[in-house]
Amino acid sequence: MPQNPHRRAFLRTVASLAFLPLLGRAQGGARLTRLFGPPLRGPVRRVFVAGPPAAVMAYVLAPEKLLGWPTRLGQEALAYLLPEVRGLPVYGRLVGSSATVSVETLLAQKPDLILDVGTVDATYLSAAERISSQTGIPYALVDGRLTESAEQLLEVGQLLGVEDRARRLAAYARVALAEAARYRARSGPKPKVYLARTASGLETGLGGSINVEVIEVAGGVNVTAAAGRGGLTRVSFEQLLAWQPDLILTQDASFFQLARQDPLWRRLKAVQTGQLYLVPSLPFGWLDGPPGVNRLLGLRWLVRRLNAGVEPLDWRVETWLFYRLFYGLEPSAQQLEALLAGLQGG
Amino acid sequence: MRPLAQGSWGFPVGKRSHGVIFAFLLLLLLVAGVWALAVGQYALSLREVGEVFLGRSTETAQVVILGVRLPRVLAAALVGAALALAGAAYQTLFRNPLAAPDVLGASAGAGFGASLAILLSLPLLLVQWMAFLGGLLAVGLVYLVARMVRRHDPVLVLVLSGVAVGTLFSSGISLVKVLADPSVQLPSLTFWLMGGLNGVNAQVLPPLAALVALGALPLFLLRWRLNLLSLPDEEALALGANVAALRAGVVASATLMTAAAVSVTGIIGWVGLVVPHAARLLVGPELSRLLPASALLGGGFLLVADTLARTLAAMEIPLGILTALVGVPAFLFLLARGGRG
Repeated sequence: MPQNPHRRAFLRTVASLAFLPLLGRAQGGARLTRLFGPPLRGPVRRVFVAGPPAAVMAYVLAPEKLLGWPTRLGQEALAYLLPEVRGLPVYGRLVGSSATVSVETLLAQKPDLILDVGTVDATYLSAAERISSQTGIPYALVDGRLTESAEQLLEVGQLLGVEDRARRLAAYARVALAEAARYRARSGPKPKVYLARTASGLETGLGGSINVEVIEVAGGVNVTAAAGRGGLTRVSFEQLLAWQPDLILTQDASFFQLARQDPLWRRLKAVQTGQLYLVPSLPFGWLDGPPGVNRLLGLRWLVRRLNAGVEPLDWRVETWLFYRLFYGLEPSAQQLEALLAGLQGG
Repeated sequence: MRPLAQGSWGFPVGKRSHGVIFAFLLLLLLVAGVWALAVGQYALSLREVGEVFLGRSTETAQVVILGVRLPRVLAAALVGAALALAGAAYQTLFRNPLAAPDVLGASAGAGFGASLAILLSLPLLLVQWMAFLGGLLAVGLVYLVARMVRRHDPVLVLVLSGVAVGTLFSSGISLVKVLADPSVQLPSLTFWLMGGLNGVNAQVLPPLAALVALGALPLFLLRWRLNLLSLPDEEALALGANVAALRAGVVASATLMTAAAVSVTGIIGWVGLVVPHAARLLVGPELSRLLPASALLGGGFLLVADTLARTLAAMEIPLGILTALVGVPAFLFLLARGGRG
């Protein structure tokens, strides 16, 4: 049967139109944001966040628009955040295996926008589609890769109508990312890094995992990369002896204690040479937990740990600046002391 | 009185061949142990491994073998033996082939204790102790409930309250999952619930060994009398057994072993359910033979599963997955063979 080229083109257009709502609309030139559901009606005043990285994003840009937290934050973490968000309710997570937010809770909050930042894959795309069509609330899903932090801040800033603030934060992100990119591109051997998670220190992320992204962005090699790509995993101590990482990073204070005392951990070169670091985890982790824009300061720190010749920073000053700029509060001398203690290495 | 030997599961085995079977099981455990010591992620030749035991190896090889592999090998054998013993004891106590070490909620309780500790970001040692205490607490509750209900068959009440309390603690685990931080605590909790021996070190061994021994000893001492539990209560009473006391002893022993094992390794299914059956196919239901056979077979089985878990891939494979993958075919094979016999 002879094909009519016009007819084929027409069918293709119809087909792509039919899929369009599924894929979400890219919003006004935005590269990272997919919008689902109805278009935004007027300025966004109330934001419902779908998960922890989105909560960080919404908080740093417009804390007054945040409706609640996706996870319980401890008193220690809340002390680093503005007083007005400390009493916000905890709604739980909207997407994923342990999602706990009901559609009714969501509707009762009358949000102008649902915001999710993080991995963009079929699971999250279909969840965004389903939730937005069920509730009739606009839903923005933003690609949350660390290297795109500046663009994320700008795009979400535009959605929330806080462009000025977004530009200031994005400028910081650009500096941190450009600095990292410069050293990452240098040739030569790269330090091997192990990111120890949890109290045992024997959980970590594989290469490509969003939880350990910061290592590669900062110009290091994740020791687990050889073992494959994927999500989180457990490793045996024997494996660590074989890898002999140059640097061990953790955000877990009890593991930091354990590793410095345990005779086995003390066998590792990195522990012997004081290259074990307790990276701050309050109010959000510097390296992970959650994988959001909170990692920018950790990135600046790690770039300096991994590469020789980077212009040094005064960490008391830099931390104070970052916390004031992103979290809106100036940490006290005491808080700074507590945050930075573990960065001396042990 | 029903004959005790050769229940529906047993197949006739002569007295002499029991000795052969025990020798074989012991050999199996030893071979598995040697193999487990020889392989791992840190590349060492057989000679280097041998030299460690002759005391003339490099320091690193010593750390790998004596500091990492040996504790793990011993822990795997201990945990496997403990779970299999607990399973064998419960299957006798409940006269039910589906009874497993977690039937009275020990695993669910331990899981709840551990998940609470993970939620509170407690140190590793406290995670283990809270798991242990959680296991004891769950079974303690079950026993308390069973003591208060006196109008029904005591074994039935024990099983039913075990199911109920176990479910209660399982929903406690689910609640903690909901509250946990999704990027760190939740994955950690999920790993714990799938089981694994990667966190074992030399410090864990003495308390683990002591608790397992404390639980196993009464079972071995009472092995002759415990056979009476497989009879209906009236018959056992008529034979002069203090059934209630025996039952309490079995529950306490099995719980101690299960809670100790699970607190170190996380939840490992299948071993306690299936290994006693395999042992019963080999040596029959008589406890003086079934208990040691279960212990040897359980230890060997978990040792093999754990060695595969740490060597098949560059990363640790969760042990719970492997115990099922290795155990099910082995069990079905035994079942088919036993059935023909």
